Amino acid sequence: MAKDSIRDYSATSSNNSDIQSVDISEGCAPSGLNNAIREVMTDLKNVSTGTVALETPVADSFSTDTISEKTSATGVTIDGVLLKDGAIGSIANAVAAHLTSINGGQIGGARNLIINGKFSIFQRGAGATTVNGNDVFAADRFKGWANGGGTYTVEQSTDVPNNEFEHSAKLTNTGVDSSVAAGDNYRWATDIEGYNVSQLGYGHSDAKAVTLSFWVKSSLAGTYCGALYSTTASRHYIYEYTISSANTWEKKTITVSSGDTTGSWNKTNGNGLRIYWGFGSGSNYQGTAGAWTAGEKWETTNQAAWIGSASATFFITGCQLEVGSATPFEHEPFSVTLQKCYRYFHFVGGDTTYQTIATVTNFTTGQALGLYQHPVEMRAAPTISKSGNWAALGGNTSVGQTVSADQNGPKTLQLGFSGGGGGTSGYSTTLRVNNDINFRLTFSSEL
Amino acid sequence: MNITQAQYTLNLEGTENSHIRITVDGKEFLVPLDPANSDYAEIMRQVAAGTLTIEDAD
Repeated sequence: MAKDSIRDYSATSSNNSDIQSVDISEGCAPSGLNNAIREVMTDLKNVSTGTVALETPVADSFSTDTISEKTSATGVTIDGVLLKDGAIGSIANAVAAHLTSINGGQIGGARNLIINGKFSIFQRGAGATTVNGNDVFAADRFKGWANGGGTYTVEQSTDVPNNEFEHSAKLTNTGVDSSVAAGDNYRWATDIEGYNVSQLGYGHSDAKAVTLSFWVKSSLAGTYCGALYSTTASRHYIYEYTISSANTWEKKTITVSSGDTTGSWNKTNGNGLRIYWGFGSGSNYQGTAGAWTAGEKWETTNQAAWIGSASATFFITGCQLEVGSATPFEHEPFSVTLQKCYRYFHFVGGDTTYQTIATVTNFTTGQALGLYQHPVEMRAAPTISKSGNWAALGGNTSVGQTVSADQNGPKTLQLGFSGGGGGTSGYSTTLRVNNDINFRLTFSSEL
Repeated sequence: MNITQAQYTLNLEGTENSHIRITVDGKEFLVPLDPANSDYAEIMRQVAAGTLTIEDAD
């Protein structure tokens, strides 16, 4: 075979008997060697300029400043990923992307499983709420427990780690427990609905790793603990983190590298996953960090005695739980977070002194009912509570002070009122707040 | 939940129980008979434990 380019060269020396038809076989004429060398140089130059392409451009490493498409409008394909006209992949051949940020910011798409993680929503009031007992809500979607004599308050704060955030939750020790008994417990948590954590695959062999991240600041430095916990599977994973310096914002990232493969986890509208923060509970609630274990515990013996420190403070914001490794906090519109919170709690009142509540019809004297439609579908039929004054308008005036309900569901209910006088059976009227800016009609389907 | 009083309420027709009216720290709540409602679940837990009795509706 004639060796007309470098591609024709043979890996077997004895087969290379000519270059561009110049004889270089064994015993060739010495006068042809200079011509043969010239031809070799020409062949190498043709490779260098690209006139002749390499047969297999395999290399362990490749360094260049620019890779351009060889054929116009075809782009460049690297290991099956097409790069063309400033885009990665194509509509017809989309590719997977594993990213830590987009444009240096958050990755969109409801990545954060925690609702109200930056504490912009305090529907029950932004002022200090005392936690003394069980299930005390202040910030939406977060609740506290204080059992054993100690107490603390929760309020919305504008003390934040950086200008990315507007609010934090501030917890203040208002009642010291310096001698914590085994069953005493001081904790704070957010519950995530089963529908929203089913993607984690917990309780199955392919349970996913998750990462919890948050900003925190406390007047008391030391080791702190918390846990991921399933109320239905009764399984917990305790995590520890260190607050290195008092009164200094620090970001904490906790990776749970293995999801829990055990237990029956709620994956519908029940309690799917609880995230605890501990403040110095009794030995009944202390376990071992870093492993999924049966039972309900959220601290280790290393936990700082925050509840034993008078007036101790604990600020937190930017709470995020996500599948995989940590990414920047996922900001979302205020209205979106508020709508998410409405699924678990919302109220009527506080807008105006005679705010309209519903159109109602008297079905007997002094008793009326009407349709009340929730702003979003609630998690379950809600618990209803009324505080303040309400009344019906017009000639059917009936000042009802007792709330009643029927056909209570996640979407709608029959809202009734009774206890006042007046009202004509069969007549409709407007049920409204009766000159009371502090009136509240609340609907709660918290986990 | 420190429930000091609990009583069933009837539906509009007065034929069956609709809610449980409870008092907690002096404040009234209407709790639907829905097992998915966490307040109802807590009431039932206390009833099962023998620490709470629900009065019949008026």
